[in-house]
Order: sequence, then structure tokens, then C-alpha cells
Amino acid sequence: MSYAIETLDLTRTFKKGKKKNNSNSKKPELIMALDKVNLTINPGELFGVLGPNGAGKTTLIKILSTLLLPTSGIGLVDGIDVAKYPEKVRKKINMVSGGEHSGYGILTVRENLWMFSQLYGMQTKVALQRIDELMKLLGMQEYARLKISKLSTGMRQKMNIIRGFVCDPQILFLDEPTLGLDVQISREVRKLIKSWVKEKKEKTVLLTTHYMAEADELCDRVAIIDNGKVLACDSPSNLKTSLKQDAVFHIEVNLMLDNLDRFKVVPGVKKFAYEHKPHTGRTDLKFILENDSYISAVTGEISNNGSEILSLSKAEPTLEDVFVSLCGKGLEDENRA
Amino acid sequence: MKTELRTNLKAIFGRAYVRLVGAHREPSWLASEALLPLLSTASFVYVYKALKAPEEYTGFVILGGAMTAYWINVLWSMAAQFYWEKEMGNLELYLVAPISRMAILLGMATGGFYLASTRAVFVFVVGSLIFKVNFVVISLGKLALIFFLTQVALYGLGMMFSSLFMLFGREAWHTTNLFQEPIYLLSGFFFPVKSLGFTIGLLASFIPLTLGLDGMRQLAFKGGKESGLLNVNLEIIALVILSIFFLIAAHYALKYMENMGKKEGRLTLRWQ
Repeated sequence: MSYAIETLDLTRTFKKGKKKNNSNSKKPELIMALDKVNLTINPGELFGVLGPNGAGKTTLIKILSTLLLPTSGIGLVDGIDVAKYPEKVRKKINMVSGGEHSGYGILTVRENLWMFSQLYGMQTKVALQRIDELMKLLGMQEYARLKISKLSTGMRQKMNIIRGFVCDPQILFLDEPTLGLDVQISREVRKLIKSWVKEKKEKTVLLTTHYMAEADELCDRVAIIDNGKVLACDSPSNLKTSLKQDAVFHIEVNLMLDNLDRFKVVPGVKKFAYEHKPHTGRTDLKFILENDSYISAVTGEISNNGSEILSLSKAEPTLEDVFVSLCGKGLEDENRA
Repeated sequence: MKTELRTNLKAIFGRAYVRLVGAHREPSWLASEALLPLLSTASFVYVYKALKAPEEYTGFVILGGAMTAYWINVLWSMAAQFYWEKEMGNLELYLVAPISRMAILLGMATGGFYLASTRAVFVFVVGSLIFKVNFVVISLGKLALIFFLTQVALYGLGMMFSSLFMLFGREAWHTTNLFQEPIYLLSGFFFPVKSLGFTIGLLASFIPLTLGLDGMRQLAFKGGKESGLLNVNLEIIALVILSIFFLIAAHYALKYMENMGKKEGRLTLRWQ
């Protein structure tokens, strides 16, 4: 069986800039955006790539959507090499990015969507019918004749999402599609993505996100990626099950703790992550322990620091915990950096 | 093959639609894009009148003034357009679509040609009426052919330039800025290019507007032939060659630059 998407040792480096070394010769410093990524995505699958900013998610999508060449390795879309035959690949794909500002302010929403549908050779009648259907699904009918320069960020992103679906591609790349959207709009967008894949069994979606809940809710399988490397790839439930033997604790303390690295050396702590909440002056701590018995050592360490525990709960493992377990840090830590 | 052609034709129409609709939705551009250029053209007419230059020079200036519309359109609204498209986030959507890059540029050209022609016709008709330009057309067919070939070669040149913008962004922006005024001089927008001397005139003929303007002046005005650089038939042949050359060069330049951009990761990089 041919995969919808397959990558074989896919690697991409970028030059950071020129740096002089001792011999005075200028050698470019390289950033490893993707490091021998091997993935297989089946037709009809809604596949998530989960990772912090700078993990390599967008680079992966750009290579697979023919906008970037790999430094080495192979990317295949529906069995076609993206580097060798980009023209053939483009007939099967479409792409939507979060925070996109595409389109022309002078045109209305409906006209913009029609214009982009023409790039895929759609018949005007079919395109307009589909645009109207999708706008109705996302509650955008009343915006159809509004110029896009007058749209809010959320509405604009809804339009972008519609643009991705209008031409009904075989494979759709969604790069952080709900980035910066409010809860309600994100929910509507997720609903559309889910129903599209459910209704059309042969359609495949590759979605990148750094929202754990989004990946958990939407994806059949998830690859966790950090520093260009795939750390794990499985269904969200299997990934979470892998942590079942560990004890996951969430603790809220009343101070903005510093010197947090000391928690990493507390006996029984396998992984540790935190999130400061400056608006409340509190800190959320997340521990993955070898077993429950080690929690007393952790709480003791917190008390020793003069901090008060506001809440403590043992949690069912989430994808966030899986990420912490694999990377030794939370997604939020990375995004803050 | 048939499907690809249909898709590309639809893409051309789709992209042209943006400009065609834009022109009608914001008619204020007519004042700045048509009325003001007529004023600068008129100043050249008055210079010639003050110097008591031959009557045909008024026609030369009006024709040159009208043709500037196409040069500006090609330079800023087509060659540089990929820069804007990149900044707006549209370029990557065009590049991901299953269409030729030239289809997008042709769409821009078609829409831009409409806008430029509105300006050109306004300057030409109003200028000719105000200054009572006397036309003596030798061959309307050849005149139309030269105009057509000039446009094909000129827009081909614009497509070639656009490949620079696809990759270099702001750096190429400055390069284009550098082209605008010198071409007015080298192509003889407001005087017969022969005045620059035969060698410089010949070198300037690489710019399609040079031969286009020269040929049209020879065919449309009394005394035009005497101030012509080359024989009109020769200019037609040269324009055919330039048209083919620029279109083929544009095709390969776009392919080469796109590939280089994909290699270096600069194709969709904004704020370069």
C-alpha cells in the first residue's frame, strides 16, 4: 500500500550566518531544522505533528508542500518525490497556515475565495457553491460580501481555512491552523477539519500544532518532534498509556519560584516542567515520578523553599505529560524561550 | 495537457480579476495615474515649443508620455509584484498551486495592461487634442504590430525581472528603482533615440521600448522616418526576437530562481 505521506531520513539544515573560525576562513553555522525524520502517514489519516516553536514543524510542511528542498533524504506525497516532481505533487495538495494574511483587501471574502479556487482550475459554479457551503458551515455567510480588509483576525483565519478546503485536495497541510484564535473559533475550525476527514475517507490531513489538546482531540496519530527529531509517534491514547506506570502530579504553588532545576534532582523525579503565571504570581509545577511514594520528597522540597502548595493533584497522563517525559521540558517552557 | 491549460487560463483570469475589479472599485487612481502624468508630458511639449522644435516633436513626446504607463506598470506592478505577494503571504499560495508561475504573471500583466492602457489612452488622446498633434500614419497594420510586439517583449522583460523579486525581495527592489529613470533616457521616451548616437541607441535597443517607440514614431508622424534609428522592418524583426528571448528567459529565470529559493529557504522568507 502506498502511503499518503512518507519521509525517509528527511533532513534540512539552514545557514545561520557566517562565523569566523580560528583559521580565518568563513564557515556558515548550520541550524538543524529536521534531523533524519522518518514518518509514514496513511491515506485517510488525520496526523498531527506536535512540538514547540522552532521544532521543525513548519519546515516539514514546507518541504512536503514543495516550497522548500530537503538537504538530504526523501519526502513522498502519494508516492511522488516532492523534490523531483513538485508539479505532480501540487495537484494533490493544499496548505493553510495559522496567522496567514493572504488575499486582496480590495476583494470581498467570496471573491477572494473564488480567486484562489481558480488556481486549481475549478469551475466557477462549483467553486462558488462550495464556498457558500463552507462559509455556512463556519458561520461566515454574512461576511461573504465584505471586503477582507474589514475582517477580524478570527474571521480572516476562517476564510483561510475555507480556502484550503474549497478545492477539496487529496492531502491538506494545516500549519498551526488555530494559532491565535479564540476558543469558539478554534472549536469551529477543529469541527470542520474533523468532519471533512470523517466524511471523505480517502482524504488525509497533516496538521502541525503546539496545542496539546488540539492534537489529542483531532489526530488519529501524533508525532512528537523537538529540535528537528521525531521523539515518538503513535496514537494519542497509546502515547498516554506509555506513561501509565508513572505517576503524574500537578502542583500549584504561591510563588514565582526560581532555581527550579533543583527539582530535577529530587529522588524519584523522572521529568519535571513548570509554567510561571505572572498575572497571579503563582507557578504550576508538573512532575512525572517513578511512583506515588516519591511525592512526599517533592512536597518537602517545595516547603523547604518557603513556598506554599495551593493545590496538588494526581493526573491522568496527557499529551503534555508525554511531551515532558520525552523532552524534559513543557511546551510552554520552550515557547516562552 | 488540456486540463493543465484550462487550469492555467483560469489562474490568469483569476489573478487579472483582482486588478480589473480593483480599478473599478477605487476609481481615484485615475486622478493620480492618468491626470498627473499628462502634466509632466505637457512640460516636455512646452520645452520643445519654446525651442521651436519641429512640429512632430510634440507627437513624439505625447507618444512617449503615453508609453511610460506600460514601463511603470511592468516595472512596479509586475516585476516587483512578487515582492508584495511575498509580504502579503500570497506568494506561497501561488507556488503551492498546480499552475505555471507565468500564468500568475500573465494574470498580473492582463490586469495591469488594462490599468496602464487606461492611463496611456488618456495621456495620448487628451494630449493629442490639447496640443493638436498631427498624425500621418504610413501603415496602421505595422503600427499595431510594433505596439503589440513591444508589449509582448516588455512584459516578457517584466516577467524576467519578477524572478529576482521572487528570491531577493528588498535587494531587487532597489535594482528596479535604479532602472526606472535611466530607461526614460535610454529608450528616448521624450526624444528620438537617434539623438543619443547610433551605438548607444543600438545598445539601448535591448530594452523593447526603445525600438517600439522608434518604430511607432516612424510610422505615425511626418518626419519620423528621418529621426528613426533603424529601418522599421528591421525593428519588427528585432522585436520578434526580443519577445521570444524575454519569454523564454523569463521561463528559465523563474524556474532557476524558484529552485535556488527552495534550496536556500528564501522563497517565502519575509522582511529580507
